Amino acid sequence: MANTRKIITILLRLLALGATLSATVVMVTSHDSADVLNIKFSAKYSNSPTFKYYVIAEAIATGYSLIVLFLSSKSLVWRLIVILDVVIAMLITSSISAALAIAQIGKKGNSHAGWLPICGQVPKFCDHVTGALIAGFVAAIVYLVLNLFSLHAVLSPLFPAKSYADRS
Amino acid sequence: MALQSGEKPMFTGYISSKPNSSWTLLGLRLVAFLATAAATLVMLLNKQTKTFVVATIGTTPVNVTLTAKFHHTPAFVFFVIANGVASIHNLVMIMVDLLGSKLDYKDLRFAMIAILDMVNVALVSGGATAAAFMAELGKNGNSHARWDKICDKFGKFCDQGGGALIASFIALALMLLISVMSIIKLLNSHKSHSVLPN
Repeated sequence: MANTRKIITILLRLLALGATLSATVVMVTSHDSADVLNIKFSAKYSNSPTFKYYVIAEAIATGYSLIVLFLSSKSLVWRLIVILDVVIAMLITSSISAALAIAQIGKKGNSHAGWLPICGQVPKFCDHVTGALIAGFVAAIVYLVLNLFSLHAVLSPLFPAKSYADRS
Repeated sequence: MALQSGEKPMFTGYISSKPNSSWTLLGLRLVAFLATAAATLVMLLNKQTKTFVVATIGTTPVNVTLTAKFHHTPAFVFFVIANGVASIHNLVMIMVDLLGSKLDYKDLRFAMIAILDMVNVALVSGGATAAAFMAELGKNGNSHARWDKICDKFGKFCDQGGGALIASFIALALMLLISVMSIIKLLNSHKSHSVLPN
């Protein structure tokens, strides 16, 4: 039972590491340029503070996932890991949410504010960003599942004691 | 074995009176509830109408009336929904804290509280950050995408939105603290169970 739990935890953490790493890398390598009416449109991730925050947040999550992957399962550290997992999950959720909001404007525009969509001019950039956002979304889901799982894993060694309380 | 204050002897194995940390948690939940409710309401009522002079035909000016409402932007809609759900969650948690000690399945209760707190922290953080970056876009525009700033025209809309954002970020910090405290409470309650006679 404990071995299955260990394997699943390691698998989940590897998946989270892969997802956050790919989100970071794909967003950083996204750029496109177009010439419209002699005006050069150049789109990079660093043009938007939201995407910069996205890259930074996912990079922090990648580093954290890497470090935690190499930790042994000593009970003292795992309680801190559970709490840090909550913080990192919050960071990832916030970054993907903000990036989705800005990307939605880029794709559909906002007629009330007079903002035109840009995906028509720089389609390659838009596709790249979409890929990065999908990876980030997968990372957020995996991290939420991981949170629940590591909470369960920290508690389960103590669950047999619950039957003592029921018997008394 | 040492007894904590208010704990009955080990063979019965449950905590009878409410320790001080529980009142701290309740107070934090109350403030978080007020903050999320304030953020929801302030953003919900965020609206500004302004008339612009677009052109002049002869001597009569051509007026255009524009309205800025929160539901023009999906980010603000998500902000209102997230903070609304979080304030309902905080209210339910306060009720459970005050009235729920009569429920029997205490272990599951602590686990459910911890899990729900985690989920709501993620929700509020998503809503607050999305709205914050949208507000930043409205305030500074984006020259690369040729998006003009709107805060110079709709100042009151921006200010009110900023107020709702501040309330939501305060609520986020508090809810993160509450989530950490309820996880610690959950881990400690299980630890005290495990100290039963082996």
